[in-house]
Amino acid sequence: MKKNLITKGLSLLTAAAMTFSLAACGGAGGAGSAQDSSGSAQDSSGSAQESAGGAQESAGGASSANSGTEGSVLNIWCWNDEFQGRFNDYYPEVKEVASDKSTTTLNDGTIVKWTINPNKDNNYQNKLDEALLGQENAAADDKIDIYLIEADYALKYVDSDYSMPIADLGITEADLSDQYQYTKDIASIGGVQKGTTWQATPGLFAYRRSIAKDVLGTDDPAEVQKALADWDKFNAVAEQAAAKGYKMLSGYDDSYRTFSNNVSSPWVDGSTIVVDPNIVKWIDQTKTYTDKGYNNKTTLWDDAWAADQGPKGKVFGFFYSTWGINFTLLGNSLETPEAEGGKAEAGNGIYGDYAVCQGPQPYYWGGTWICAATGTDNPATVKDIMLKLTCNKDIMKQITLDTQDYTNTMSGMKEIAGSDFKSDFLGGQNHIALFSEVAPTIDMSNAGPYDQGLNESIQTAFKDYYDGVVDMETAKKNFFTSAKEKYPDLTDIKWP
Amino acid sequence: MKEAVPKKSKAAVDYSKWGYIFIAPFFIAFLIFQLIPLVSTFYYSFFEYYRSGLKVVGPNFVGLQNFVELFNSDLLKYLGNTLILWIAGFLPQIVISLLLAAWFTDIRLKLKGQRFFKTVIYMPNLIMASAFSMLFFALFSDNGPVNSFLISSGITTEPIRFLSTVWGSRGLIALMNFLMWFGNTTILLMAAIMGINPSLFEAAELDGCTPRQVFFEVTLPLIRPILVYVFITSMIGGLQMFDVPQILTNGEGSPDRMSTTLIMFLNNHLFSKNYGMAGAVSVVLFIICAILCIVVYFSLNSDHGKKKGGR
Repeated sequence: MKKNLITKGLSLLTAAAMTFSLAACGGAGGAGSAQDSSGSAQDSSGSAQESAGGAQESAGGASSANSGTEGSVLNIWCWNDEFQGRFNDYYPEVKEVASDKSTTTLNDGTIVKWTINPNKDNNYQNKLDEALLGQENAAADDKIDIYLIEADYALKYVDSDYSMPIADLGITEADLSDQYQYTKDIASIGGVQKGTTWQATPGLFAYRRSIAKDVLGTDDPAEVQKALADWDKFNAVAEQAAAKGYKMLSGYDDSYRTFSNNVSSPWVDGSTIVVDPNIVKWIDQTKTYTDKGYNNKTTLWDDAWAADQGPKGKVFGFFYSTWGINFTLLGNSLETPEAEGGKAEAGNGIYGDYAVCQGPQPYYWGGTWICAATGTDNPATVKDIMLKLTCNKDIMKQITLDTQDYTNTMSGMKEIAGSDFKSDFLGGQNHIALFSEVAPTIDMSNAGPYDQGLNESIQTAFKDYYDGVVDMETAKKNFFTSAKEKYPDLTDIKWP
Repeated sequence: MKEAVPKKSKAAVDYSKWGYIFIAPFFIAFLIFQLIPLVSTFYYSFFEYYRSGLKVVGPNFVGLQNFVELFNSDLLKYLGNTLILWIAGFLPQIVISLLLAAWFTDIRLKLKGQRFFKTVIYMPNLIMASAFSMLFFALFSDNGPVNSFLISSGITTEPIRFLSTVWGSRGLIALMNFLMWFGNTTILLMAAIMGINPSLFEAAELDGCTPRQVFFEVTLPLIRPILVYVFITSMIGGLQMFDVPQILTNGEGSPDRMSTTLIMFLNNHLFSKNYGMAGAVSVVLFIICAILCIVVYFSLNSDHGKKKGGR
């Protein structure tokens, strides 16, 4: 009887196995890769657990030194090493940094564990979502304590229960009074602020002094600004530059932010994508630039784009916000990269050949906010990090003086703007003065939770249009297809 | 024999349960890792189930709506892309492999350094597909080594933007698949050819066959079962094509989504956690694969029947 049952059960299974062994070849494609992707999402949490386990061991001895109820592991999630660098260099409690930089030990024995996932294609967001959704059930030392968010999707996290109001951590309005208002607005929902940042990110136009001299006869920022004051003048200079064999811009997306930040409404209204007339202006301008050879047909962040910023580049200038100048442009301008032993100083590549001016339209680009994850077991440490790294004027000023980043302290920036501070990289210009003029004009009221995905989709879809592979209608259709894939809740699209 | 006798006397003890125990691991693994995911994929394909930001929408039963939406989208375009990419890689692969296999096994040619070449042509298959396509991405980028070579040698003045044209990127994908798999196919076909009775070749030569006739009239018909096997495995691999185009085009299947394969399409939905649509794509893919497998299976069987009947 028993044997019979087993036999029957097994033969049923065998039948199933045979039926689906055909599927194993085909279906495995579907199911297999489905497992892959969920697997990779789990991967990160798995590895977080593993290393948290390791951290626990090593923290075992130190935990006695830990004050009261604070957890021994502080998990920080971010998408590049910018904040990690700031933290390791400027947070006063840092005791030592692991040689592979994966962890940082604080004076009280707390281990800071870094989880870095690249940003592109919503990758960081998807991984972070997965981890936040599992936050409740995670062990105390695996819970995310701090995660960073970017302006393009800040609202998604701010408007959720997964971020803590910073007032609950004990940070007061007085602590934040010296910060730029827009940096507080973007991380607020219904008047409750849920994130704070150490930087303000007004955008500028960084141009090559040598090329400006050749094209315009001057490299003085005030004069160059006059020549580039609006888009008509900008286009005229592009023509002059092209006549001398230069490219005005490097790629298709360089001017994108100057248009997308000056839109009249957010990307999405209900479930409808609303394409702003300003985005269409970007499309028209970029097509014209491409057809007339005013740009070099590169894409943001690709090697050709980076190379255009270097010694061999023939590009007039780049739209960059604060972080881009010290974090990206400086590195790209060197002949010998710092990793290969080059020094950031005049004589290495085109160090000193860039200067900045406001450009045709005010805009901002990026910006990183620090959020405390709901359920963190280290609230006191998180509070201290926020206070020291975003509200402490002395530390902030030091960051600016050392790295030329533009930090979120109005009075501090005014002091530097009025001082004889100058940037050697920008040929002795005090760019902080320029930034501090632009920063108060930043308006982030049209930012929304869909911005990153839609910005990337439209740039990808219209790259084909600029390349001449597809016509306008196909590009529009491809944009909508890709948007629907990324955000299944978007059902319509409205072009102006 | 001698030992078997005492065992037989104890035959009353039933050992058959061990058989079941030994095969159980496979069935348990199959159940957990294949059958359950497979059934749940079918199940979720009838649901609206995705994430909007951090809010989970669904699962709400929507019947066949996912499938309707799927067929209204570009599904057929991606199926076409997949087939074109596969054929573009498979045709040169099978031609070159046949040629190489024929040369390597030809007794009269006596090629030198066979071992060396056999190893070398197999090499690309040892590299991870993703690493291989990263390499190609770097080689053929707008300011990559291939372009700097073309410019410095005067073949072209402007860099050729391989990855910005439909046939540039498709061609590179096909080229990579070809490079990765022709060595493997060559070795399979060589094994098939060496399995043919040499007396058949001798007989053909005595009858005055030209080498070309020997190849088409003797070799090809006799290695047909292996050719069919190569065809099927390559087709299945082709339908599942993912890593090479995904990495070469940065996950975008660009330009104009013309190198987006079915699995990349599936991945797009999964990446945004749209389990309903991803389930529907998987089900369609499953049906396509099942049909192709059944067709091939029966055509193979009927071949055997004919052969037997012929003899």
